[in-house]
Amino acid sequence: MSDSAVSPAEAATTAPPLVRIRNLSKHYTRGDQDVPVLTDISLDIPAGDFLALMGPSGSGKSTLLNLIAGIDKPSGGELTVGGLNIAELTEAELADWRAANVGFIFQFYNLMPVLTALENVELPLMLTDLSRRERQERALLALSLVGLSDRVDHYPNELSGGQQQRVAIARALITDPTLIVADEPTGDLDKRSAADVLALLQQLNREMGKTIIMVTHDPGAVKAATHVTHLEKGELLGTELVAAGD
Amino acid sequence: MLFKLILKNIFRARLRSLLTIIGLVIAVIAFGLLRTVVDAWYAGSDMASANRLVTRNSISLTFTLPTYYTERIRAVDGVTQISASNWFAGIYLEPKNFFPQFAVTIPVFFDLYPEFLLPPEQMQAMLRDRTGCIIGRALADNYGWKIGDKIPLQGTIYPGTWEFTVRGIFDARDDTTVTRQMYFHWDYLNERVKQSFPRAADRAGVFVVGIKDGQRAAELSAAIDNEFKNSIAETLTETEKAFQLGFVAQSEAIVGAIRIVSFVVIIIILAVVANTMAMTVRERISEYATLKALGFGPGFVVALIFGESLCLTLLGGLLGIALSFPVIATFKSLIGTIFPVFRLSQETLWWQLGAVIVVGVLAAILPAIRSARIRIVDGLRHVA
Amino acid sequence: MKIPFSYILRNLWTRRMTTALTAGGMALVVFVFAAVLMLDAGLRKTLVATGSADNVILLRQGVQTEIQSGVSREQAALVETNPAVARDQRGEPMVSKEIVVLIGAPKKGDTKPQNVIVRGLTVAGISLRPQVKLIEGRWYQPGASEIVVGRSVNTGFEGMELGQSTRFAGRDWRIVGVFDGGASGFDSEAWGDVEQLGQAFRRFGYSSVIARMTDRAQYERLKADIEADVRLKLDVKVEPLFYEEQSKALSTFLSILGLALSLIFSIGAIIGAAITMYAAVSNRIGEIGTLRALGFRRTSILSAFLLESMLLALLGGAVGLACASFLQLFTVSTLNFASFSQLSFGFHLTPAIVAQSTVFSLVMGVIGGFLPSVRAARMEIVDALRAG
Repeated sequence: MSDSAVSPAEAATTAPPLVRIRNLSKHYTRGDQDVPVLTDISLDIPAGDFLALMGPSGSGKSTLLNLIAGIDKPSGGELTVGGLNIAELTEAELADWRAANVGFIFQFYNLMPVLTALENVELPLMLTDLSRRERQERALLALSLVGLSDRVDHYPNELSGGQQQRVAIARALITDPTLIVADEPTGDLDKRSAADVLALLQQLNREMGKTIIMVTHDPGAVKAATHVTHLEKGELLGTELVAAGD
Repeated sequence: MLFKLILKNIFRARLRSLLTIIGLVIAVIAFGLLRTVVDAWYAGSDMASANRLVTRNSISLTFTLPTYYTERIRAVDGVTQISASNWFAGIYLEPKNFFPQFAVTIPVFFDLYPEFLLPPEQMQAMLRDRTGCIIGRALADNYGWKIGDKIPLQGTIYPGTWEFTVRGIFDARDDTTVTRQMYFHWDYLNERVKQSFPRAADRAGVFVVGIKDGQRAAELSAAIDNEFKNSIAETLTETEKAFQLGFVAQSEAIVGAIRIVSFVVIIIILAVVANTMAMTVRERISEYATLKALGFGPGFVVALIFGESLCLTLLGGLLGIALSFPVIATFKSLIGTIFPVFRLSQETLWWQLGAVIVVGVLAAILPAIRSARIRIVDGLRHVA
Repeated sequence: MKIPFSYILRNLWTRRMTTALTAGGMALVVFVFAAVLMLDAGLRKTLVATGSADNVILLRQGVQTEIQSGVSREQAALVETNPAVARDQRGEPMVSKEIVVLIGAPKKGDTKPQNVIVRGLTVAGISLRPQVKLIEGRWYQPGASEIVVGRSVNTGFEGMELGQSTRFAGRDWRIVGVFDGGASGFDSEAWGDVEQLGQAFRRFGYSSVIARMTDRAQYERLKADIEADVRLKLDVKVEPLFYEEQSKALSTFLSILGLALSLIFSIGAIIGAAITMYAAVSNRIGEIGTLRALGFRRTSILSAFLLESMLLALLGGAVGLACASFLQLFTVSTLNFASFSQLSFGFHLTPAIVAQSTVFSLVMGVIGGFLPSVRAARMEIVDALRAG
């Protein structure tokens, strides 16, 4: 009853999905009660996909995103990203894994207010062995990719919302991650900036082949994606192709 | 309504308020303790009576006076009684077991000090025993001495082994009376000195001179000193209070420093409370802006801020004052007989209260000014 | 810790008022701490400078200070004959037989008399103290009612200037010279001829005997000789040891008082630091979540906040220490318990004190910042992101 992007039969013959989810569940305990957030989610996300996760408030979409990104642990089920069962990793291993494999984009940009645009983009590279010069070179490159070469020494409070989000995108790209996760990336932006950011994401997906998973409840944002998966009350409703040409 | 708002606000940031209050409590206790130490330093002079003068050698306290001066001093009109008093400085077992010991003319000395309450039969026993001694209640309690116990002392100024039997224990008549010292017969001291250092015999350390009319103290002091001008040992006579203060004055620098330092602790806590208030106000700017938007005047917000600051400091202050009492009592029991008197004075309590009020007001000034300046529109937009 | 240092520094700068207040509290505590240590060091330095390892001082047995001591002429003469005692070019024993008394003199700007040491020396006495140098006037003449005063007495007391006279023991004594005691206890003394002072004070013996040894190694021999002779009921000590003992009571008092105060004050400063760091953590919950999401470990977060707290404390400590170093311009004059007389000494900053103060401030920073840092590190990523 779910039109998954790739049926299990097809999976056997095509390339394995980047993200493979089987019977994933998440609940958290409040007092002595278990509150379920996600129930029995199974989903495949192929590499190079641009997937939008949609659903009403409380549907568990952000939780699903958090689990895939490795910043939360599932209560049960199987979660494999790039062939690695991340549900079994220790916290320290997860941290290292995220640093190498995941790029984050948040609704409120989540930049360090006391660091310049350049330093913010450099931040994930502090976890590598690169020299200072190498870090700076890459950061400058990333910022030029998002069109902010003239703002590298500005602090976040000197940038507009759209500019800040672009810095965040540059930061998300800097380690050349397998996966980019975006939680309501246009939620705090005006129409124009939102459009710019979405265009940038599309560019990353189509020209650089980045796999992007985006949580949103903005129907306009969905148009940038390739597929959209619907969730409601912690359950997967279905996945469909986004109609092209909108 | 204002007050309720203030109280509830204080406990919103529970940890921060709790830490601030703890800091206040400690600062108030420390302040009180230091002031009490300074008071105790001066306390000896509080026991002084206006009707007693002290006559000593004018060169310095380390020089003695011949005892034949007694008659000539007594001859001065207005003088009632005289006792010799020699500082003994004996060591009881170890140098750290310090307590004052004096060889005095008994029973005259106790007539001069009506604040020492001694049962008559104990005085009688003392008069019958030339190696007896009379000790103060605090001293007796400190070492657990009772009537009949023997106290051995190693003499330093007067070398040799000395042993005294406790014949009397005196109590204090007032709060200011000191009871940590020991008195024995001057005649017995002189007797032994005559045996070992005859040249040093018949010398008094000081004379304690009783006068009938306290108002005439200055006049009589001058009269006594005049009597001995240009003689072998010139004298310096002053009121007992002046004499005691003379001792304190020697350590004035240290005592003054302790006084200053007691205020430093208040400044430190001022920094802490000011910091707390600055943070609190900064976090609540949008709330204050909202209140203003709703129509509350800027005075209301200022009152809120001052109110919260004062409530915080008063809470800490009152708790600190309450805890000062047991802390000082514990301190007193630890230091034994070093200080004659050690208690929290009323003046100190007022100082403690005053200090927390001042801190409460000062800490709120800058944040209150800031809150008054903020425009409603900016404030509503403010993210801390 | 991979979190950039500039992140920590700039956060301190952003919340300038808070940083200033918290560091200010720390600065005060470190100031008091350093000041007390410096005062104690100054006291010891002054008294150590007073003694020479080549000299011994002899006092009556069992007595702690020169004021209480008495050495008879016969005993002094016996000491002079000991072979361990050095002799000068004329073959005279390098021994000074001294009388030490206290007189009361008012300090400048005051009327209450304070105790000042007056020391009567024999001619040899001056040469036994090579650190003492005459800076004004001349030495006293033997046989005259003249005294010379140490620098602290000259500047600190009323009527102690060159050419003035001061009266005690029934005589007027002219101040004919001022000497520099080499920053030792002698700066706080007045010196005169032992015979004249002895007559005036009606002393028939001496207080103490100072002697130069032929060789420092001779001390044990000299000590043995003195103890063996039943006529000499004397204690003999090398001067530095004697002066160290003189300072012990006051030094112990200052140390204990100072440390107790510093400890109590430090609690206030630590609480201030804790409040500041808790607020810092709470304000940056979102940033913490982001950093963790990006892959920074819990220990990096802990280290970063702990480091921030330590930097805050170090800042305060540096300011406190800098202010304390200015105290070296001041001298203190107070009663030395042991000698019962006024002793003038200053504040002395040593590298050890700098090190101790620095460690003290770092420890305050660590204690104050520890629990908040743990709170920052313990947060779950999703909770932090949500709250931020």
